[in-house]
Amino acid sequence: MSVRRLAKDQPESFEFTPQNKAWLERQIAKYPDGRQASAVIPALWQAQKQNDYWLPRAAIEKVAEELGMPAIRVMEVATFYTMFNLEPVGRYFVQMCGTTPCMLRGSDDIKAVLERRVGPQGKRTADGMFSWLEVECLGACCNAPMVQINDDYYEDLTAENFEKLLDDLAAGRPVKKGSQTGRVSSEPAGGAITTLTEFYGADGTSGPLSGKK
Amino acid sequence: MAKISIDGIEIDVPADYTLLQACEEAGKEIPRFCFHERLSIAGNCRMCLVEVKGGPPKPTASCAMAVKDLRPGPHGEPPVVLTNSPMVKKAREGVMEFLLINHPLDCPICDQGGECDLQDQAMAYGVDSSRFAENKHAVADKYMGPLIKTAMTRCIHCTRCVRFTAEIAGADDLGAMGRGEDTEITTYLERAMTSELSGCVADICPVGALLPKPQNFRGRPWEFVKTPSVDVMDAVGSAIRVDTRGREVMRILPRVNEAVNEEWISDKTRQIVDGLKRQRLDRAYVRENGRLRAAAWPEAFAAIAAKAKGAAGDRIGAIAGDLVSVEEMFALKALVESLGSANLDCRQDGTKLDPKFGRASYLFNTTIEGIEQATSLLIVGANPRKEAAVLNARIRKRWRQGAFPIALIGEKVDLTCPYDWVGAGADAIADYAGKAQSAGERPMVIVGQAALARPDGAAVLAAVAKAAADLGAIRDGWNGFNVLHTAAARVGGLDVGFTPGEGGRDAIAMTNPGGVDILFNLGADEIDVAPGAFVVYLGSHGDRGAHRADVILPTATYTEMSGLYVNTEGRVQMSNRACFAPGEAREGWAVLRALSAELGKTLPFDSLAELRAKLVAQHPVFATLDDVAPADAGPLASLPAGTLDAAPLRTSVTDFYLTNPIARASAVMAECSALAAGALKQAAE
Repeated sequence: MSVRRLAKDQPESFEFTPQNKAWLERQIAKYPDGRQASAVIPALWQAQKQNDYWLPRAAIEKVAEELGMPAIRVMEVATFYTMFNLEPVGRYFVQMCGTTPCMLRGSDDIKAVLERRVGPQGKRTADGMFSWLEVECLGACCNAPMVQINDDYYEDLTAENFEKLLDDLAAGRPVKKGSQTGRVSSEPAGGAITTLTEFYGADGTSGPLSGKK
Repeated sequence: MAKISIDGIEIDVPADYTLLQACEEAGKEIPRFCFHERLSIAGNCRMCLVEVKGGPPKPTASCAMAVKDLRPGPHGEPPVVLTNSPMVKKAREGVMEFLLINHPLDCPICDQGGECDLQDQAMAYGVDSSRFAENKHAVADKYMGPLIKTAMTRCIHCTRCVRFTAEIAGADDLGAMGRGEDTEITTYLERAMTSELSGCVADICPVGALLPKPQNFRGRPWEFVKTPSVDVMDAVGSAIRVDTRGREVMRILPRVNEAVNEEWISDKTRQIVDGLKRQRLDRAYVRENGRLRAAAWPEAFAAIAAKAKGAAGDRIGAIAGDLVSVEEMFALKALVESLGSANLDCRQDGTKLDPKFGRASYLFNTTIEGIEQATSLLIVGANPRKEAAVLNARIRKRWRQGAFPIALIGEKVDLTCPYDWVGAGADAIADYAGKAQSAGERPMVIVGQAALARPDGAAVLAAVAKAAADLGAIRDGWNGFNVLHTAAARVGGLDVGFTPGEGGRDAIAMTNPGGVDILFNLGADEIDVAPGAFVVYLGSHGDRGAHRADVILPTATYTEMSGLYVNTEGRVQMSNRACFAPGEAREGWAVLRALSAELGKTLPFDSLAELRAKLVAQHPVFATLDDVAPADAGPLASLPAGTLDAAPLRTSVTDFYLTNPIARASAVMAECSALAAGALKQAAE
């Protein structure tokens, strides 16, 4: 992690869409009067979603204005959480999990693909299609290694199927979300076999063998 | 109260004390960086670790753990705190090693060196070496305005400055960007700080990250001679320390005075230092053929004596300015009266305050400390933030404690705390007092100078006093009627009776065309004197008063003489001489004493001590220093009421940074003023 600053090129202004504005008002209403500042993270999150997954300065100031906070307090939150992107990200923003389970299951290969195809972390490709970031655990360890692209998880990756995934995304072909090897949810990699195997001990009954007649 | 054993000493402390406070109570020193008595607890520097028994089995941050959080021992023994055990020693050494990992070893070129908490505590609690062999990080310096220089690599992220600006100053100027070791303290997008107390962040910074910019690389703390004194930039009378090297004032720092300024001073108080050196009148001048010409003292005195000879008493007058001491006014009053004149005025802004209404009618009767007991506040025609920035911090402190409704009549201003605006004109005063339901037990009313300087000033004063009475602000043991002064000399002038005597003219009448023939102008630079009068200006700076003068007699400023000043509460305080006045300038009372001999009306004192003896004999109020004697509130009920003007009330300070001749001579203040004006323009767009 390193020092994060606002992007150089900033849009002139930022306005919440009417839907998002209404959504934000519902969030603010959750908190007691005078505690609107509690809604700062949802507000920033929605602003980021609306603005192609990154927060310009104007959005930070807009959120401050909506919540009656000094702009610097919102800025503190926006710079603290790395999930708030302060620079523009690619059309497909890849967050690659590099935490232990994914690392043990081969996230280094995924990282190598990203470095080769997309370039260094935090930089967009020339066509603006991709950018990537290594992040901490995204909570899909049983299907490791995995990445998050925009709002969706792509799991059970290998260098080959990940490369194909990126090709498909770049070409605008439909892609499969979730596991890339076809397993459903987080069932065992070898198929749904747990309930088919002998469940009991070696003698066919439950409980430890010792002490049994 | 709870019992606690600290290093074997068993003491009784309030249960809500923190362990750090309890340790101090027991006489044990606890090192700290982020903890500050007047700020909220952050607990992020970890320097105050102690060992506890009856709490978590690990080193505990004593600033963030309360006495009541500890459990007693198995047999009901009080909880135990150890501040000198091997575990504590090791913990402190470890914390210090971590703090120094990224702190540069640039003490030899750091202005904080010699008065640096980190330096001192590294000596006392650290070890001599570090195990950290990697590179230290570097942090980009930030722009924070003309008063604060930054060296952010030195920052240890204690966040005192952030908490100060958010809590005490109420300006939300600073914030901590990023996280972890990448945390950076900065203003929003590197704008200048906007608070009038911003200079204080350099005082509370425990390292050399935030430093006073005007004093950048100018000197070392141990080279300075330190003189305790009082401030005259506003009527608060903040306790200050004047640091001098040789004949030069190097810097001005706050002293702790719980009753007045706690430990804060305003930026004007702190940084007019360069104004004390510029535009100084260092010799006498006489106007010849329309031009001022440098002259020797006898020549200047002779010019005055020639004019004064045969002049009718009532054609002579005197006006006292905002920065002069009581002694100077006392001497000038005695001189002018001996010349047969009753034309005296210390109210160059034309306020209608008068000693004949009783002392309570012109004092901040609640006292600054008393603000903390108040239950509600009504402000009439004042902006405490600009007129008395430190006092406003006290109002904010009270407001933060909750249940303190503030109402304001007059110009809508930013007080740093929210208020109800109840009207623009003076007619709203009686309305408010009639309707107010929730003034509470101890209401306060503050009236500003601008409201009293209007032609209907006396009526406003009476209306405010009546409103105070109606709100229940004036009764036994509580006087909630407050006049907020802006001039350090004003209360002293009223106390000494520097107001028109029997048949005398006031400042406006004296300065109008044909007012008086000879006018003694004692440092009054905020008033224009019409052509015609022969003006003798006694002052320190070549400002408006000097430009209009026919004879200039150079005098000392508040850092160059011992003088009495009475603050807005009526607290008599004494300034001390930190250095000598430049060139031929002399202390004002001595100049007046010498002049009186030339005029054949020799004043009856030859030393400051004799003068003070005479002063105290005539005005016993000056006998007690540093204390406030409550003024009799009785006369407040009998202030003469009048008709109120419908015009909206204004505030008296339009440019905080340029209110007096010393500040106007300061380049630093000029820069601050230009910045503030620019910020205002930005806001208007």
